[in-house]
Amino acid sequence: MIINHPLLGPRDSAEFVYLGDASLIDRPDPETATPEDWHAYAYLRDNVAGDMRELWFHEGGDRSWLVVTRNTLTHEISKVEMARDVARAQGRSK
Amino acid sequence: MTQINRVSGGQIDRSATFKFKFDGKSYTGHPGDTLASALLANNVRLMGRSFKYHRPRGPLTAGSEEPNAIVELGEGARKEPNTRATTAELFDGLVANSQNRWPSLAFDAMAINDRFSNFLTAGFYYKTFMWPAAFWEKLYEPIIRKAAGLGSLSMQEDPDVYDKGFRHCDLLIVGAGPAGLMAALTAARSGQQIILADEDFAFGGRLISETFSVDDAPALDWVKAAIAELSSCPNVRLMPRTTVIGAFDHGIYGAVERITDHLRNAPAGTPRQILWRIYAKQTLLTAGATERPIAFDNNDRPGIMLAGAMRAYVNRFGAAPAKRVAIFTNNDDGHRTAADLHAKGVKIASVIDTRPDAPKSYDYEVLSGAQVVNTMGRLGLTFAEVKLADGTMRTVECGALGVSGGWNPNVHLTCHQRGRPTWNTDLAAFVPGGTLPPGMRVAGAAQGIFSTQGAMQSGAQIAADMLGTQAAPSPTTEDAPTSQTPFWYVEGCSRAWLDQQNDVTVKDVKLSHQEGFRSVEHLKRYTTLGMATDQGKTSNIGGLAIMAELAGKAIPEVGTTIFRPPYTPTAIGALAGRMRGKDFHPTRLTPSHYWAKEQGAVFVEVGNWLRAQWFPRPGETHWRESVDREVRQTRASVGVCDCTTLGKIDVQGTDAATFLNKIYCNGFAKLAVGKTRYGLMLREDGIAMDDGTAGRLAEDHFVVTTTTANAVKVYQHMEFLRQCLCPDMDVQLISTTEGWAQYAVAGPNSRKLLQKIVDPEFDISNDGFPFMACANITVCGGLRARLFRISFSGELAFEIAVPSRYGDALMRRLMAEGEEFDVTPYGTEALGVMRIEKGHAAGNELNGTTTALNLGMGRMVSKAKDSIGSKLSERDGLNRADALMQIGIKPVDANDKITAGGHLMAKDGPVDAAHDQGYVTSAAFSPSLDSMIGLGFLKNGSTRVGEKMRLVSPVTNLTVDVEIVSHHFVDPEGDRVRA
Amino acid sequence: MGYSGFKVIKEALLGHKGWTPAWRDPEPKAHYDVVIIGGGGHGLATAHYLAKVYGVRNVAVIEKGWIGGGNVGRNTTIIRSNYLLDGNEPFYEFSLKLWEGLEQDLNYNAMVSQRGIMNLIHSDAQRDAFIRRGNAMILNGADAEYLDEAQVRAEYPFLNFDDARFPIKGGLAQRRGGTVRHDAVAWGYARSADQHGVDIIQNCEVTGFRIEGGKCLGVETSKGFIGAGKVASCVAGSSGRLMAKANMRLPIESHVLQAFVSEGLKPVLPGVITFGAGHFYVSQSNKGGLVFGGDLDGYNSYAQRGNLPVVEDVCEGGMAIMPMIGRARLLRMWGGIMDMSMDGSPIIDRTHIDGLYFNGGWCYGGFKATPASGYVYAHLLANDAPHPTATAYRFNRFQTGDMIDEKGMGNQPNLH
Repeated sequence: MIINHPLLGPRDSAEFVYLGDASLIDRPDPETATPEDWHAYAYLRDNVAGDMRELWFHEGGDRSWLVVTRNTLTHEISKVEMARDVARAQGRSK
Repeated sequence: MTQINRVSGGQIDRSATFKFKFDGKSYTGHPGDTLASALLANNVRLMGRSFKYHRPRGPLTAGSEEPNAIVELGEGARKEPNTRATTAELFDGLVANSQNRWPSLAFDAMAINDRFSNFLTAGFYYKTFMWPAAFWEKLYEPIIRKAAGLGSLSMQEDPDVYDKGFRHCDLLIVGAGPAGLMAALTAARSGQQIILADEDFAFGGRLISETFSVDDAPALDWVKAAIAELSSCPNVRLMPRTTVIGAFDHGIYGAVERITDHLRNAPAGTPRQILWRIYAKQTLLTAGATERPIAFDNNDRPGIMLAGAMRAYVNRFGAAPAKRVAIFTNNDDGHRTAADLHAKGVKIASVIDTRPDAPKSYDYEVLSGAQVVNTMGRLGLTFAEVKLADGTMRTVECGALGVSGGWNPNVHLTCHQRGRPTWNTDLAAFVPGGTLPPGMRVAGAAQGIFSTQGAMQSGAQIAADMLGTQAAPSPTTEDAPTSQTPFWYVEGCSRAWLDQQNDVTVKDVKLSHQEGFRSVEHLKRYTTLGMATDQGKTSNIGGLAIMAELAGKAIPEVGTTIFRPPYTPTAIGALAGRMRGKDFHPTRLTPSHYWAKEQGAVFVEVGNWLRAQWFPRPGETHWRESVDREVRQTRASVGVCDCTTLGKIDVQGTDAATFLNKIYCNGFAKLAVGKTRYGLMLREDGIAMDDGTAGRLAEDHFVVTTTTANAVKVYQHMEFLRQCLCPDMDVQLISTTEGWAQYAVAGPNSRKLLQKIVDPEFDISNDGFPFMACANITVCGGLRARLFRISFSGELAFEIAVPSRYGDALMRRLMAEGEEFDVTPYGTEALGVMRIEKGHAAGNELNGTTTALNLGMGRMVSKAKDSIGSKLSERDGLNRADALMQIGIKPVDANDKITAGGHLMAKDGPVDAAHDQGYVTSAAFSPSLDSMIGLGFLKNGSTRVGEKMRLVSPVTNLTVDVEIVSHHFVDPEGDRVRA
Repeated sequence: MGYSGFKVIKEALLGHKGWTPAWRDPEPKAHYDVVIIGGGGHGLATAHYLAKVYGVRNVAVIEKGWIGGGNVGRNTTIIRSNYLLDGNEPFYEFSLKLWEGLEQDLNYNAMVSQRGIMNLIHSDAQRDAFIRRGNAMILNGADAEYLDEAQVRAEYPFLNFDDARFPIKGGLAQRRGGTVRHDAVAWGYARSADQHGVDIIQNCEVTGFRIEGGKCLGVETSKGFIGAGKVASCVAGSSGRLMAKANMRLPIESHVLQAFVSEGLKPVLPGVITFGAGHFYVSQSNKGGLVFGGDLDGYNSYAQRGNLPVVEDVCEGGMAIMPMIGRARLLRMWGGIMDMSMDGSPIIDRTHIDGLYFNGGWCYGGFKATPASGYVYAHLLANDAPHPTATAYRFNRFQTGDMIDEKGMGNQPNLH
């Protein structure tokens, strides 16, 4: 597969390490989260058959975490974003 | 008797003669021959045996779809089993042997199976060999196994090298036949980057096997001109002998180029084959079509081959399959073969055409509305039995029979991303359809355009469309209308083969249907149809058609077999490339490696690192002697160990302390500058991930160490926290593992030794540089260094780091300066012994299932802050009253051995899983205690010190009485580290 | 119809006219006691044991495509019970014992071949871990044998001992492990279940569950509604897609695992070998093909195909450990959808919806579990209580912190 890195352009997926669903960015708020929230965050997955937002780490490159939107049925990649931008857009800060 | 079947013409080079051997007998051939064409020229039709019934077999085809003529090529370590004689390029000195026969190809004892074929039908083995149960492994299976298989491995290491490479192009054209060449000519003129690949050693596809003229000249002239033009284009790369094996995601194609297989003596160092990863923006598949046979009784004898293959042998290779040939066809293509053979002086016995309105000929007899119903000839065809239109029988004498049942487009690559071909009724064949791999289009015969002119036009036009350029003008050539009427098999009373290699007959398909195995996947799996080395290229369609007829369905309703990569079988060596032997993985060397090698160190693989395991001294004959000495010497005076392999991560920024406070479960916010702290990192699921130290060199600068094994993983984890969870923290990370050479200097004299090299302005006395201190310093007169007062051994100890390029020099300096203290280098074994003696956890304890509580560090998990893993570590299951706790063990009898991996049981009572109370993680002989000692986990272990238990290790036949002790065997109060 | 050598001979002499379909092709009834979704190995085995052992015969197995077309038809055929943890080992040993009696139970020769499996050891830490595992196996009543380097060399002299990047230091063998003719497992269970009255309904896709008042009443299918006392999901890699129709999120991701077979070769490998320093394991089929595989591609996928880097990685492992296979050719590669769970262990449990049951999360180890998975699932469906060997396979173990994590990789499915 080829991942079109937002900063570096097209790169072979062999340069990357895969983590999983991009929902891992949505770590529960430790102040308010219930045990069920933590269970859902750490263990439950949508596991979609179709477009999935997922985290890839450019280990053999610039060490960016990326959010890649990739179809799990066809492997087609429709969007690649810097995970940091996604995290900020979702309200994460410090 | 040499080359008696040679006929005039062809593209072989008769000016040179090659000698070769098949089954020990010498023959001659010419450059441009394949092994199969040369053997046919020498009147050898018998080239192999079938898999199950060991039926005699000759070539069915002239290409890579060959099921029958497969041989062992080469000898010794270079023996290559299952090689298709039909594609093996002849060279002088080639040696080949037939396979899967004993004692000889002509007399094969296993052909007895053929006599019992009525018992050995599809799936018979599922119904028997069940009684008595124990006989399967002992009796039945060994017999089946022994009989199975085709060629044999050399059992020696493959002596050749293989390589890998990467290529990029705007258009990859797969197949250099009429459509591919026209596409390439068109594409070449666009100026874009083009790759034209073909599995054959000669470009031209069917053009070089036919007698057509192109623009009123021989087709070969046109091919030569096209190749010449393409060769002159700097933007075109021609890749003959290159099989595109698979279409992978995002326009990535695998291709194997055969570099030396056709050479008698390959230049030294030249790879045998290269696996290319081709990144193609677009791909045009012009892979042509494969002829399909008609099944009839005993249609598998040597001499029976596809009519198109016969033309290739006669026209391209100048080799007639026999002196007297018959043709069995359901279409005009068979007549073309007859005409070509007749033109070369081969006697055409008859053309048997299933169609009542078959075209007539003045040159030879045509039997319209007739069918071949059986054949004769034990090791090669002698007669064909023909049923004429009026029902009467006729015997036709012939040494070869050309069979033509029409052509199937080579759709394989279009299916590699699970696209399904669609059924074309006019052609009675599957054509590319459904979803093709993105960026791929198809032209020519592969698309179902079987006329040469049509193929050329489609190749040019589609390439032009793809690149936005003008189609190259197509020449005038053969342009016969194409339609195919299906004719799959002749009803008979004996066996008619579909899959010739695996011996799947029409009867097997009928039985499969009778027993309910009716989908294509069931048919394939139950009968093994299409599972042979040719992957059913000539047989799948016939099996499907017969199943459809039996089920009263249309062929596409029965299904289509999905073609999967590779297009043709691919050498495993080529797929592995250079990553084998010592080069299987990269080898990382520590800064003191060459010095250690000079000392005669024994090395051990630690991940990709090579580390010194111990340093034997003269007179030491057993590793334990060396290790025990290293431990004693270190504990008595001073030892030095290269610990560069530990992961080192620089953490900088105004939020660095906050960041570490989040990633470690224990507190880091208040760590003073100049201090180091032990840190335990949890995964988010609350399990211990890694441990190490973090030293604060400045308000906004920490140096983190990780274990050797987890360096990469921890770095990734820290970047995840930084970028994904805390994107606004002012913190930067960089791995400096290889930037700094780091040595542990341990033992009561470690300070004295270091004082000799640390520049005098730095006070490293106990007051000036106490336990857990850290600082930027200089050594040896100004060389920048980092010094940490940390101890893994339990002794007064330091770790000193210098830029990697000074690592070798520093080691030599430490050894020279340490002479007066009898300094010793120590390896990973002594390191391990000392850490077990001290009770430090390492990889065996941090095994991915243990918690801070298990490790005896439960109280370290700060409740005052949020850190990764802290919340989920609170789950009940991880905090049970009888949780495993780290303990030490030692044998009750100091002479007893204990073993890591042993399980802990009560002193008395049953020994089984239900009574398992824990296990030993690490064990070593402790020179300090003069006994073996171990670390382990025991249920509620922290309260059980002093208890006597049994250590059992049935898998190593060990049972030992042990005592549970504190895991701090040496200096439990920690006086030494603070000395 | 009973199968036997005698019957084969008789039919051969009578022109094979007497063979009948191995299973019927019925239309679905309006209601069954149990509807099993998924005609793979596990689903068919569940039906067989439900009918034969637990006497529940009003059962349907409904399959979207053709039976045996999923992972039971696309795996590397290995059976073993070499597990470490208490939650797993008794279950897999139970499975191995069922394999040992399978042919007689089914009257179908699935070629259970206990040719042994050998895990190679390449480091001291690996040795410690394998000794612990071998002991756990023996303590659970399974067999295990530790071999030093010389013993491994004696059995497998052609492995790379002398030019290895990661030298072989020993091995952990399970002699009772081995291989099975994988397709035959599905067919054997199907035939037996059918003979015990189970309806096997092919080409019937479940489009939804009918759930009313917190109770599952049956399934909506491409052949209409089928009512059921209990509905049992057993669809491996499709678990996420199926259970989403019941609004359930699972602790499971679907990943692609590739597998490979070489051209047929004369027998060289007596048993199964797993390389401990790379991603490669191999056995040789009775037809002569080297059947081998390695690691997951690593990314979520339902595409049933993988990519070149993993193909190369696996072949590198093969050449590293068996450099004699360089000139053998890879014949075919394929990919299956693995239901990778969050701790690498399966789930066999009731769901929170009354009457809806779940079996999944097999990762890439589902084939060897087929008999026990079917048996314990049948037990759960018949008794509403877990079988004694499968008490740990509960949904709530992630909530309570009782993960069964053999590899110690935590909640990242692609690392298990």
